Amino acid sequence: MFALRTDRIFQWLCLISAMIAGLLMLGFFVQLSLSSVSTWRQFGLGFLVSNDWDPVANRFGALPSIVGTLCTTVIALLLAIPLAFAAALYLVDAPPLLSNILSHAIDLLAAIPSVIYGMWGLFVMVPIMQKHVQPFMVDVLRLHRLPVIGRYIGEYYNGFGIFTAGIILAIMVLPYIYAILRDVIKMTPPVLREAAYGVGCTRWETAKDIVLRYGIRGVLGGIFIGLGRALGETMAVLFVIGNLMDMPEDIFSGATTIAATLANNFAEADCLQRSALFALGLVLLLMSFSIQVAAQYYLHATSARRGESRS
Amino acid sequence: MAIKISAKNLNFYYGSNQALFDNSLDIEERRITAVIGPSGCGKSTHLRVYNRIFELYRDQRVTGELIIDGVNVLDPQVDVLELRRKVGMIFQKPTPFPMSVFENIAYPIKLHFKLSSKELKQRVEQALRAASLWDEVKDKLKNSGLALSGGQQQRLCIARAIAIEPEILLMDEPTSAIDPVATLKIEELMLSLKEKYTIVVVTHNMQQAARISDNTAFFFKGHIIEYGPTARIFTNPKEKKTEEYITGRFG
Repeated sequence: MFALRTDRIFQWLCLISAMIAGLLMLGFFVQLSLSSVSTWRQFGLGFLVSNDWDPVANRFGALPSIVGTLCTTVIALLLAIPLAFAAALYLVDAPPLLSNILSHAIDLLAAIPSVIYGMWGLFVMVPIMQKHVQPFMVDVLRLHRLPVIGRYIGEYYNGFGIFTAGIILAIMVLPYIYAILRDVIKMTPPVLREAAYGVGCTRWETAKDIVLRYGIRGVLGGIFIGLGRALGETMAVLFVIGNLMDMPEDIFSGATTIAATLANNFAEADCLQRSALFALGLVLLLMSFSIQVAAQYYLHATSARRGESRS
Repeated sequence: MAIKISAKNLNFYYGSNQALFDNSLDIEERRITAVIGPSGCGKSTHLRVYNRIFELYRDQRVTGELIIDGVNVLDPQVDVLELRRKVGMIFQKPTPFPMSVFENIAYPIKLHFKLSSKELKQRVEQALRAASLWDEVKDKLKNSGLALSGGQQQRLCIARAIAIEPEILLMDEPTSAIDPVATLKIEELMLSLKEKYTIVVVTHNMQQAARISDNTAFFFKGHIIEYGPTARIFTNPKEKKTEEYITGRFG
């Protein structure tokens, strides 16, 4: 009888443990929604597309933060994915000693606290960007003269801004994407790579057409993990993005991200502004959440279509 | 009979372990040459020299000469990508690429030839027909190559190899992972392919070697013990080791 009762208690404990994650998720949504009610009531969905952020006049719009978040994330991934892929390709086949040392070095990038990245960004990256990188891009490469994309690159710079934040984020997400790509490449059966070389593929063709396709699910998984990290990263971005609540004109513009706005403004916010910040938080949560859901759905759909038994 | 491939004094090393000793072998053009011998005797290693696939691995190296059509293809000057177009390889396990049936054939063609999409389609169909696979897959060209049965996958790999107009086909135990019925199909296919291609096949299956090959080389511990017409090797071997192996006394 006693044994039976403890067993039942044990069952309940397991159930509760299993439910905690779900309840927490629900709790986040409920709390953020409740706290942001007055914002949605005041501005409606217009909150999402307004670029007006004026605490004195009690007008709030989320667009600059959303755009800043998306731009920094996209730049980070555009830089980090090719870098991680190239590094993984090289290091998987490199001599063991070199491979071990460099591989661990990349892994250790993930161990650096984000505030350190922020400080390093502010005191090292920003001056380098201002004195060397951006002048090179503007005065030598004249990227701002390019058709179509030129207007998004910008002519005026001061070291801070979206581009610098994107670079820092790229370094921060690099180890996550790298680790997964490395595993994907290692998991490709050697005989499949040999078959590719056997029909006359170069290393590059084998990598992009065979290895990458074979491990596409893992690759996407790695990219989504990087994406999730970059979307929510706060501290490092805060130091270098310039913290302007305006719509960015180009990638050298000072801007803000949702996470940076939240961290910067809660201390002195009250009433409607407080609620607007909670609304921003809800937007960020929904963005991360929908990306994860879309990723899961996509991966599921591709594996079903290809009729694979691999998990 | 013309000699297509002439291996001269090949010595092969995995790191400091020598795996092949002074292998010399003349392979006749448009014939099937079987390579037999117990596990670990260097059959596959020998084959892997022919398209230089071993070079993918840092610690593997070879000395000696491998003359194909009068050229020593082990010379670093030789274009290894072109060599691999000319010398196709089929592996023990089927290795379809992670793409559709059509793309599996079209992809290597596109690597080596610039064709219009009409010509490409024709070439894919030709290759699939030559590999006796067309009738089975013509309605599922868009499906994944991975969704075919094992025997079909292996014929897909053969079609992929012949689609880029090779002259030599290396087959490393091509039927050992496949059921008996599919194996017979592949053997028939090999017999029809030898009209156009020089085939070298590593096999564990001595009946298979006897059924399909014109010449047979017997390998033992990295040495080529005996080489000659298949009929003679199987009925009247000169070496005691060969006789012991083909009569099943070891291996």
